[in-house]
Formats: sequence, structure tokens, C-alpha cells
Amino acid sequence: MTQTAEAPVAPPPRADERVGRKSPLARMLARPEAGAIAGAIVIYIFFFIIAPPFRSAASFSSVLYVTSTYGLMATPIALLMIGGEFDLSAGVAVTSSALCASLFSYEFTTNAWVGVLVALALSLLIGFINGWLVIKTGIPSFLITLGMFFMLQGINIALTQTITNQVSSPDISTLQGFSSAQKVFASSFTIGGVNVRISIIYWIVFVIIATWILLRTRVGNWIFSAGGNPVSARAVGVPVARVKIGLFMAVGFMAWFTGMHTLFLFNTIQSAQGIGNEFVYIIAAVVGGCLLTGGYGSAVGAAIGALIFGMVNQGIVYAGWNPNWFQFFVGALLLGAILLNTYIRRRAEASI
Amino acid sequence: MSTPAQDPPGGRHRATADAPSAGNGNGGVPLVKLINAGKRYGAVIALHDINLEVGAREVTCVLGDNGAGKSTLIKIIAGLHQPSSGTYEVEGTPVRFSSPREALERGIATVYQDLAVVALMPVWRNFFLGNEVGKGLRMDIPAMKKMCKDELLAMGIDLRDVDQPIGTLSGGERQCVAISRAVHFGAKVLILDEPTAALGVKQSGVVLKYIIQARERGLGVIFITHNPHHAYPVGDRFMLLNRGASIGNFEKGQITRDELTGLMAGGAELEQLSHELESEGGAAAEIGRSMEADVEELGITGQHDAGTDAASAPARQEGSSHP
Repeated sequence: MTQTAEAPVAPPPRADERVGRKSPLARMLARPEAGAIAGAIVIYIFFFIIAPPFRSAASFSSVLYVTSTYGLMATPIALLMIGGEFDLSAGVAVTSSALCASLFSYEFTTNAWVGVLVALALSLLIGFINGWLVIKTGIPSFLITLGMFFMLQGINIALTQTITNQVSSPDISTLQGFSSAQKVFASSFTIGGVNVRISIIYWIVFVIIATWILLRTRVGNWIFSAGGNPVSARAVGVPVARVKIGLFMAVGFMAWFTGMHTLFLFNTIQSAQGIGNEFVYIIAAVVGGCLLTGGYGSAVGAAIGALIFGMVNQGIVYAGWNPNWFQFFVGALLLGAILLNTYIRRRAEASI
Repeated sequence: MSTPAQDPPGGRHRATADAPSAGNGNGGVPLVKLINAGKRYGAVIALHDINLEVGAREVTCVLGDNGAGKSTLIKIIAGLHQPSSGTYEVEGTPVRFSSPREALERGIATVYQDLAVVALMPVWRNFFLGNEVGKGLRMDIPAMKKMCKDELLAMGIDLRDVDQPIGTLSGGERQCVAISRAVHFGAKVLILDEPTAALGVKQSGVVLKYIIQARERGLGVIFITHNPHHAYPVGDRFMLLNRGASIGNFEKGQITRDELTGLMAGGAELEQLSHELESEGGAAAEIGRSMEADVEELGITGQHDAGTDAASAPARQEGSSHP
């Protein structure tokens, strides 16, 4: 680098001739989502070949639907991981939110929307408690949210059983406000003869919002720095504590949103649902290029990571395999993604 | 960065345009001045009777070995600690900083060894971190990139691409980005904590060049180092620290590089070491003899009087910049 200093050539303000040395391919590979895109293409081609039903537009719509249910949560989880924290309670927090909404409005016979709002408050509170504990105690978020995960799981199942004597919440489709809430959270429409669930649209919108926040706003700058080097970030005036608590609350918000979608789609919710999903969200984010150590990643990457899950989840069904193979794929994908990401990042860094 | 309530007149974003004309060399009011400053931590005296000043367009070098009290000195100037005795003046008025933020608001910026940069983030994001430009949440990215590039160019750093992660820059370049960031956000005095310690010969040269650049732009620089070869070419004043006390305060004209090196090395200690090595015999004795020759050549013989190594400093040291 010294030669750059010794040769003060006429300063070209833009279009520096030295930038061209990096090939477009290396530039693309240097992006966090590069590995995920490559993986998604391979998996799409794989199922396209071996599972003929996979090829239709209708089945692609259902792939996208499954993707959106993962992707809605993978998006804030990706932001949180870029901010340097984990949330293991995210999977059951979705169920907690849905149970809260349905039990509250059913037991007190309120308008469905009242339950929805109470659930929102609860979800934000769970996120806040996670974040606040992590910041105040300095204990790794892995442990804090692991505790929260078991607490929520216990409450979900025990409370539901105490109140309803069943393992699921009561059907709330008869409540006032149910149909309007269903329209908002769980409706579907038809494009060119293909049924499209509205959650797909929400998912895409949230990915765009998250990407905008990350790349175009000062909050995005703060998120990257809070994960990359919190001590330095604090030293230059970044409100690291507020950023991290805010990220946990964003996870809470999306857990509420996802919970409402599930609730109003099925009218009822299983109390043991959601366990294990937290790993799917985290894996989607990692497959999408988020570093486990924070400070690096993208929302688009997590979306593609979720798409990979959606394709595998449905592809296995279309291929007529035993659905239990899904678990195997989850593990294999995670391993493959980590290896590929490491390899690509090394190559990209070498070519700078 | 917006605390207008307690902003002193002049505030930030000023030093870059035109430097305070006051302290041109030795004449005017120094930007930072310590008078008989000391620091105790309980029973431990970390520093005592320190006199130090830096004016605009000046580089004051603080030289000292490990444990000499350099970091305590930095912490006092940077506002992290208060001196327990003596006075700390900024532009002629006594101050008592209760936080680094307050020091920063008076234009005193510290570039620590770890630089406070986030390695994975692009250069321009690091440059503006905590001071983003734009309306509301939205950042004005093209303007930020351009300002970053221009500011770095003004310091003579011609980066290929301000979009590359700052971790891909060399140590020297990273140091320079941290320096130019402090300059851009209104620093009048830069405190550089061992900026060349982890660098190779060439890289150190680059950093020294930027120290000169900063001085040319009207800043006062406090350059902390243990390397007299780095300090001598850029320094206007030199302050030597040993065991928490100043063992010499020199203007550039009053001391040669060899004398500075000798003082830093501690002539008496070196001589004693060479005697010890000689008595070992064999290869060690060989090294010891050549060390003795070096010590004599540098003219820093310690008069076999290791206890008072301050006395080995030339007598003229006291005639210099003391108030």
C-alpha cells in the first residue's frame, strides 16, 4: 500500500482506474449472500430434475409460501445476528404470541383485534426483556434466550392446558373481528390461476425494509458496528445498548406478526408448535451469509436462505420422499453453507 | 455528536478550515498545557511534576519505555482521568474534564492503538460511524463517500475504493484513516498513542508523513512513542518520561538524535548490562563488548552511577521550555 502513498497521481475523484482490477465475479462473490445464491440455484435445479411436480407454477407458489413462514422470522434474526446477538426463543415466541391472542380474546370474549394487540404488547415485552437482560448482565444472548426459550415453552403448554384442558387453543373463528383480522394476516389471492398467500407479499416487503435499514440508514451503520466491534462503536458514540434492545424487539415484533398469520390461517394454535424453528431461522441467516460472530451479513441473504428451506421442504414432498429427510437436509445445508461461505470469503479476500 | 448546549465557542468542524493562528510555533497560547501535573492511584504515584505543552502546528513527542507513565499521561489529556495535582490548561484556560466526550468537544481527539474501527465495515462507514451525514434516518451515502475520499486525499491517502472493508487496509493506512477521521470531525489536538508500534519500517514512514500532514493543517499533535528514531524527524519538542517523571524537556534545536537515543536507551543501564554480559564470558561477552562500544560512540556513558540516571541528561535540559 505504500506505493499508493508515494505516487500522488492527479486525484481522480470517481472512476478510479485501480478499482477495475477486481473482476465482477470476485465482486459478486464478495457479497455476503453469494454462497446462498449458488446453493439456491443448485437445489432448484436438483428438485426441478428429480421431482416433476416441482416444476409447476402452483407448486412454486407453495414453495414461496413455506419460504415466507420461515423468511418472516429469518429477516429480523439476520439483523439481530449482524448486531452480534442470538435469539433461541424466537421459535416458541411465535407460538406464545398466537396463544396469547387467541386465549385472551376467547376467554374474555373480546373482539379478535383486542387479543391481537395484547399479543403485540407481549411479544415486544419478551423482546425487550431478552435485550435488556443481555445488555444489563453482559451474559451471552445464547444463554439468556435459551432460558427464555424453555420458560416460554413451559408457559405455552402448561397455561394452555390449564385454561382449555387441551393441547391447543380454542377455535376463535366465531369471534367478532375475526374475519377482518384474517383478511389482514392470512388472506390469499389469485394471480394467473395460481393461489398466492399474502404472507409472501409481507415477507418480501419486510425483506426490502430490512435491507433499506441495513444499507441506507444510520441505524444500519450502527447495527453493523454493534456486532462488529461494540467497544469501538461505543467509543465513537453509537448507542449500542439501544440498538441491541431494539433488534430483540424487532424479533419480538416479527414473532407477533408470524404468530398472527398462523393463528388466523388455522383459527387455532397447537401449544407445542414452534419448537425447533429457532434453529431454522438461525440456519437460514447463516446460510444467507451472516457471521456467527456478528458484524457481517445481509437480509437478502437470509431471505435466500429461507428460500432454500422452502424448496427443500416442498421438494421432498414433491419427490415423494419420507418427510423426515428434511431434518437431514437442514443439517447438511448448514454444514455445506458454512464450508462454502468460508471458502468463498477466503477467495474473495485474496482477490481484493 | 450533537450536544450544542455545552459546545464551546468554535465547536467542531472548525480546525480543518483555518487553524487557530495563535500558537504559531512557540509564541502564542499553547492548545494543551500541563503544569506540574501528577497522578496518584491511592498510594501509587503514577506521574509527578509533568510539564508538557503543544501549540498549533507543533508536534510534541512523549518518549518513554514500558511502564514510564505514557498511558496515564494520555488518559489525563484525553479526559479519562483527572490529574490529582497540577494544572491542565486548554487554550490558556484551566480545565477539568470529566469524560473523554468533553475533551473531544474542546477539540482534543485521541487515536488509541486499537483505533476504534470496525474491521468488517467499509472504510466510509467507519469514517462516519456515530457521525453519519443525512436527514433523519436516511444517510446521504454518495456525499459521505465523497467526503471520506476527499478527506483522505487531503491527508495524502489515495484509496482505491472507500467501499473496501477497513480490515483489508494495512496497519499504517488504518492508522491514517483514524487520524483523518479525527481531523475531519474538528480535532485541534491529536493524541496518537504509539501509532507506529505495530508497524514495519515503511508503514511507520507513512504514518510519520501523516503526522507532518496533520501539523501542516494547523493541528497540534502529541505523539507518544518509545522509538526515538520515529520521534526525532517529526517532533518539535520532546518530553522524556521515566518511572512517572519527566527526565528531560527539549526543543528540537537543543538535542541531537543520538543524544535522544542515548537518553531513551538509558546510557547507564546499557553500560551496566554490557558489563554483566562481559562477565558471562563466551558469545555473551562479545555482545557486551560491542554494546559498550556503541554506548561510548553515542556519548552517553553513565559515569558508573546508575542510581541517578536523570543526572546523565545534559545540563541544558532545564533551560528549555519550562514555564
